[in-house]
Amino acid sequence: MTEEGIGARVLRKEDKRFITGQGNYTDDILVKNGTHAVFVRSNYAHARINHIDITEAAKAPGVIGVLTGADLANDKVGNLICGWMIHSTDGSPMKMAPFPPLARDVVRFVGNPVAVVVAETRNQARDAAELVNVEYEELPAVASVANAQAKDAPQIHAEAPNNTIYEWALGDKAAVERAFAGAAHRVAVDLVNNRLVPNAIEPRSAAAVYERAEGRLTLYTTSQNPHVARLVLSAFIGLAPENKLRVVAPDVGGGFGSKIFIYPEETVCLWAAKRLGVPVRWTADRSESFLTDAHGRDHVTHAEMAFDDKHRIVGLRVKTTANLGAYMSTFSSSVPTYLYATLLSGQYDIPAIFAEVTAVYTNTTPVDAYRGAGRPEATYVVERLMEIAARRFNMDPAELRRRNFVRNFPHQTPVIMNYDNGDYEAALSAALKAARYSEFAARRNEAMARGKLRGIGLSCYIEACGIAPSQAVGSLGAGVGLWESAEVRVNPVGTIEILTGCHSHGQGHETTYAQLVADRFGLPTDQVSVVHGDTDKVQFGMGTYGSRSGAVGMTAVLKALERVEAKAKRLAAHLLEAAEGDVEFKNGEFVVAGTDKKIAFANVALAAYTAHNLPPGMEPGLKEGAFYDPVNFTFPAGTYVCEVEVDPKTGEVEIVQFTAADDFGTIVNPMIVEGQVHGGLAQGIGQALLEGCVYDPANGQLVTASYMDYTMPRASDLPSFAVSTTMTPCMTNPLGIKGCGEAGAIGSPPAVINAITHALGVERLDMPATPQRVWEAHRSSQQSAAAQ
Amino acid sequence: MVQINMKVNGRSVSRPVEDRTLLVEFIRETLGLTGTHVGCDTGHCGACVVHLNGRSIKSCTMLAAQASGGEITTIEGLASGDDLHPVQAAFREHHALQCGFCTPGMIMSAVDLLNRIPNPDESTIRRNLDGNLCRCTGYHNIVKAISAVASASSSTARAAE
Repeated sequence: MTEEGIGARVLRKEDKRFITGQGNYTDDILVKNGTHAVFVRSNYAHARINHIDITEAAKAPGVIGVLTGADLANDKVGNLICGWMIHSTDGSPMKMAPFPPLARDVVRFVGNPVAVVVAETRNQARDAAELVNVEYEELPAVASVANAQAKDAPQIHAEAPNNTIYEWALGDKAAVERAFAGAAHRVAVDLVNNRLVPNAIEPRSAAAVYERAEGRLTLYTTSQNPHVARLVLSAFIGLAPENKLRVVAPDVGGGFGSKIFIYPEETVCLWAAKRLGVPVRWTADRSESFLTDAHGRDHVTHAEMAFDDKHRIVGLRVKTTANLGAYMSTFSSSVPTYLYATLLSGQYDIPAIFAEVTAVYTNTTPVDAYRGAGRPEATYVVERLMEIAARRFNMDPAELRRRNFVRNFPHQTPVIMNYDNGDYEAALSAALKAARYSEFAARRNEAMARGKLRGIGLSCYIEACGIAPSQAVGSLGAGVGLWESAEVRVNPVGTIEILTGCHSHGQGHETTYAQLVADRFGLPTDQVSVVHGDTDKVQFGMGTYGSRSGAVGMTAVLKALERVEAKAKRLAAHLLEAAEGDVEFKNGEFVVAGTDKKIAFANVALAAYTAHNLPPGMEPGLKEGAFYDPVNFTFPAGTYVCEVEVDPKTGEVEIVQFTAADDFGTIVNPMIVEGQVHGGLAQGIGQALLEGCVYDPANGQLVTASYMDYTMPRASDLPSFAVSTTMTPCMTNPLGIKGCGEAGAIGSPPAVINAITHALGVERLDMPATPQRVWEAHRSSQQSAAAQ
Repeated sequence: MVQINMKVNGRSVSRPVEDRTLLVEFIRETLGLTGTHVGCDTGHCGACVVHLNGRSIKSCTMLAAQASGGEITTIEGLASGDDLHPVQAAFREHHALQCGFCTPGMIMSAVDLLNRIPNPDESTIRRNLDGNLCRCTGYHNIVKAISAVASASSSTARAAE
């Protein structure tokens, strides 16, 4: 390991601009003659639009235009799409209803955009938006998953009878039934995975510019994947051909999945810029973010696990209903299916699994991928079942895990996934040791003397990321491939630019990708620049999500680096008048082995660009590209241990210790990896203790629509974390990277709930485990104990 | 309209704006200092924290007119040329930022905290960050960075005695 290479704790190059206020986020961008857009949105969860009167608004000071869904339709602008086809068990395709960027006849969730006002200043646009008069005829609304398919539920889309999008299944139903029939023990659980709002601190924003003379559109947008945005806006929504549309994602303030999707707002801004002939800017208020950023999770599940008389799992069956909201967002269909059910084997050798998933429409914000996307939901099911089972069996929960771990790799699960490599015992042992698990009883007694209840809970999670092998996801219904691209440009005097189709919105690629070059070429990281986020500059790539920018993005960079090295070596050998086989590349120099004849990399680059002395047949220049398609998902895994102290008088929960032992394979920058884990843990703990959307069941109003009502984790809600890693390399990419971006959010919720239920001696506790819920659970368990 | 006169990062400015202009809008849009950010609409997130007359305030919850006549320091005014403020340097050193969006407000709050409480323990630091939300870091390294600055200056103070 060189001091800046793979494995080094290199401080981040990108920090300088962020800590001095020189970041360049979308709302910061100076747009010459920019105007401002404000959206008129539905206040009703479900209503018919009878009339939109824009006359007063159009006359208001500074207003340039007021546009509605009718204008959009007249200009033949296409609808938003969901790009992943899922079929029901009867073979029918998912019921994807039209999703117009501005609603025309019907609004289907509070916040559904209906019109846009464009004015010279933001205040003028806000004032004028209040003058747009929409006549609604309110319709009954259904907000909850539980009621969406009720006989008398309001029909949200004509295309989807019973509000049912699909009824999908995975696994072997008959094998599971046999397993259950012969089982010694059965454990059943009913779980809710609570709906969350991603809440990146930077609200979504867009700025659209139309150059009429060129017929070119430019969109600056808070996107995790500018090329995918360009593809959808161009090919599906039809706003411009790809070669006339530039999409730029500058500095982006967090995404967590919510900035993957193509939304009404940037679509409308782009169209309005063209139609009105002015640059159009928009930035969400936080309330708009709550109402319109794709929400996450929202599953209701019944699950059962069957065990033999040695407490080995023989079968698992799961029935889940997933809420996808009022319209299908870009990747929504895949989250409760191929990103969820395929992880139900967990870290365990389970011979038979059957999962049924029903997805429904409701009059709520569309739901899509949010950090973990399907894998937190799966982990919650499996790890709650395991802990409940262990306690019923009077067995140490760690022992029940051990008895069921997969120990031989590669391991084919019954739910598509093939685990390449892992050592689950190692992570479990590391976590238990760091958490001083064996001494818990003493700590529990000490707490009890102070009137507090202590509990300890495990979560042995595994996830599938590094998405994804294109052919595999294509066969499962994805409309896109999930490979990645890279270009390595060596400049004439030897500095390097890496152009990547991935995007960095907090992950530190400007540093970690440069570390890869330092590792392979021996060049200092300050001689390496990373270029991303601009479709004019960078070749097509799929973006950053699904913990893929290391496993997939870096492998593409590596392949391009190898091609550069090969060409440079051939040129170096020619310049050194040596055989290629005798030339070594070390510490930034090409050396003839066993001699002192050498040439620096920078001089080889110069030779390539001056082209005065190239070997026969060699083209000038030193620049190579690569596309990398992964051969499998990657499988980070680990053990989390959560220890809590509950105040039985108030229900307040304090996390006294959170210990993580993760196996991420090869780690490029441990400092950055730890940061990813910390952030993921905060979100997972937030889900378990604090966060959760509340919709009024009577009328579909989002009650938790601001930071007043939606409880974001703050510094005082969280402890410092004890994180460590074990290591088994990923066997399917040359760097051995598994990825780390989502694990914290995936593994932590069950650890927290397992700890609290342990403290209280109860089985059922839903998330978020607010003080009220904890207090009530404790009280009712005391009452039923007293009654016996 | 109202005429706003103030010193911003040491420089005097005078501009007319609509009465309802928030201080953060004045800073970002009128003065073009976009390092101060807007992250919410209820005064919770702290992305807008600046210093007014030496104390941290949320610039989204104050009208520009209310701050007129005062002295404002934004994130852009914290460093002296190329010399970073110790809190800025510590944030980089301890990886206390990822996407960077909450960072200016977080740094300004941290500077104010250390001005008020030079040697805070972990729980005091965490409580005093209640007005700043971060979604990326889980706060772990932010707390480390602030602790490190506190330790360094208390040992410098001890050494000077």
